[in-house]
Amino acid sequence: MPVQGRTGLTTMRRMPIIDVQNLSRTYHVYRKREGLLASFRGLFHREYRAVHAVRDVSFRIEEGEMVAFLGPNGAGKTTTLKLLSGLIEPTSGSAVVMGHIPWKRENAYRRRFSLVTGQKEQLWWDLPAQESFRLHKEIYRIDDSDYRRRLDELTGLMEVQDLISQPVRELSLGERMRMELIAALLHRPDVLFLDEPTIGLDVVSQRRVQQFLRTYQAEQRITVILTSHYMKDIEALCDRAVVINRGRVIHDGPVSEIGDRFGRHKIVELHFADGLVPRDVEQFGLVLENRAPMVRLQIPRQDVSEALSRMLARYAVDDVSVSERPLEDVIAELFAAETPEVPHE
Amino acid sequence: MNDSSAAATADSFRDTMIRHLRLRWLILRTAVEERLVYRGDFAFATLVRFLPIVTQIFLWGAIFSGDSTRTLQSYRYADMVAYFLLVMVARAFSSMPGLASGIAESIRSGSVRKYLLQPVDMLDYLLWHRVAHKLVYYAVAVGPFTLVFWLCRSWLPGWPSADVMAAFIVSLLFGFAIGFLIESLIGLIAFWFLEVSSLIFIYMMLNFFLSGHMIPLEWIDGWIPWVHVLPLKYLAYFPAAVLLGKIPPDDLPRELAIQAVWIVILLAACRLAFHRGVRRYGAFGG
Repeated sequence: MPVQGRTGLTTMRRMPIIDVQNLSRTYHVYRKREGLLASFRGLFHREYRAVHAVRDVSFRIEEGEMVAFLGPNGAGKTTTLKLLSGLIEPTSGSAVVMGHIPWKRENAYRRRFSLVTGQKEQLWWDLPAQESFRLHKEIYRIDDSDYRRRLDELTGLMEVQDLISQPVRELSLGERMRMELIAALLHRPDVLFLDEPTIGLDVVSQRRVQQFLRTYQAEQRITVILTSHYMKDIEALCDRAVVINRGRVIHDGPVSEIGDRFGRHKIVELHFADGLVPRDVEQFGLVLENRAPMVRLQIPRQDVSEALSRMLARYAVDDVSVSERPLEDVIAELFAAETPEVPHE
Repeated sequence: MNDSSAAATADSFRDTMIRHLRLRWLILRTAVEERLVYRGDFAFATLVRFLPIVTQIFLWGAIFSGDSTRTLQSYRYADMVAYFLLVMVARAFSSMPGLASGIAESIRSGSVRKYLLQPVDMLDYLLWHRVAHKLVYYAVAVGPFTLVFWLCRSWLPGWPSADVMAAFIVSLLFGFAIGFLIESLIGLIAFWFLEVSSLIFIYMMLNFFLSGHMIPLEWIDGWIPWVHVLPLKYLAYFPAAVLLGKIPPDDLPRELAIQAVWIVILLAACRLAFHRGVRRYGAFGG
């Protein structure tokens, strides 16, 4: 069955739009010892050590996918995005995005993707955002009518129509972020790299950005890689997650499988028939919440079946449910167990 | 190639050229708008830049002790005043305040990534940005410039011939290019050293002595004969010397050609530095 992609490629089998094979990037970082004397020694002799920011990373992303990159600080997420957007060159390995090698920085490639980081640096600080947008129009060679239509559409979706004529420096952080996203999407990129797009935003702005990304991606079917520390972003937007730690991919699959695979505990919620929570219930697991007649217990994954059968035999239970722990907790537990060697991004 | 494909190629070439021009025009326009935001600071900085010339006029008046016939190394007092006024004009083209440090800062902070991510050429972008700064500066400075020249008119030589005037204008424009490229090159060294403020300081000092900003180069070329080989002389001395008739008319084409060669050399060096620098770049900072 032929598949017509947004990039215009018609293929019998879907080709990955992003194909990364054994990508590695090592930095050589100056290692300064403590103290004034060491500073003087450093003038004549410097010690460097290799930091493997990305190690042998491989993955493929299909056109129209929205994939989350998860990992603690220094895991290699941002470095991977920098490699894919051509900001840096790899030490070894290969990456092909839409048929281009990113670090060659061909204009034909640069017109087809956008990278949005929390740094927010695409806009001219002292001028209204509309001036930056107009410059983008020329840089990315957008037709007048397309530009007008997309600007109206994006400012409408982002609810910033009234703000584009206000100097960027006078906008709030959330408003600036929304303007950055508009600038990044004006040329209708086929691939969008989002590095912590909601960092530092309040809950309302976070939700607005999330909502925008979901609507925009669903309508345009663009391919998105998203890194975020907010698991709510990930759960709201992505079906697939690539979990990176210490520069290596440790999981690549559905977001929903992360709990199954890495969650060492499950949550069991019981509603007792007599309206009271038995005192000895804590022998089955850690009590997270005790609000009679309901109790929530955290039980090691491998003990859940046995604990459940014992509790059901022992108590009169009206209702029972078993769920995964929140993704945030699973990820936090996972990364706490595997702290990175050297935080570096 | 048949007629229709030749016409299509010509059309495509024309469209590309129009797009290029429109982009540069928009960079220029946006940079002018940006420059006009802080109008108070800008107007003050522009006016303050005229103070040194007043100091120079008094300083050289004291050195010549008011004797208008006295000659120092072929310069009379009137020649000195004229020289420094013209050096001021030359430097209005060739000086690039904040360019090298701005590039270095953008490399250090990571904001240089804008030029790597977007389909733009960093040097080209910065060039038009700088042209905008200069145009706004001239627009504001033209009044004070005219006033200073009018007040000093008795010390100035008469109007030059059309050839000399043309050479003067070309030397100013080439001086702008040389100044831009030298400072860009120093800024790009930040890809290796990150911090280049000492380098900028050394450059400023050498520039002050070897460009003719402090004294005419005839005064130092006895003990620094190679001063005429450097590109620095085109930043201040050369345009002034052209208009004062210090360069024989027959030498003008050769001198301008050397200036053009320096532009090509510096441009190649900047391109190489950018190319190599970007390969070293770690894109730190988030």
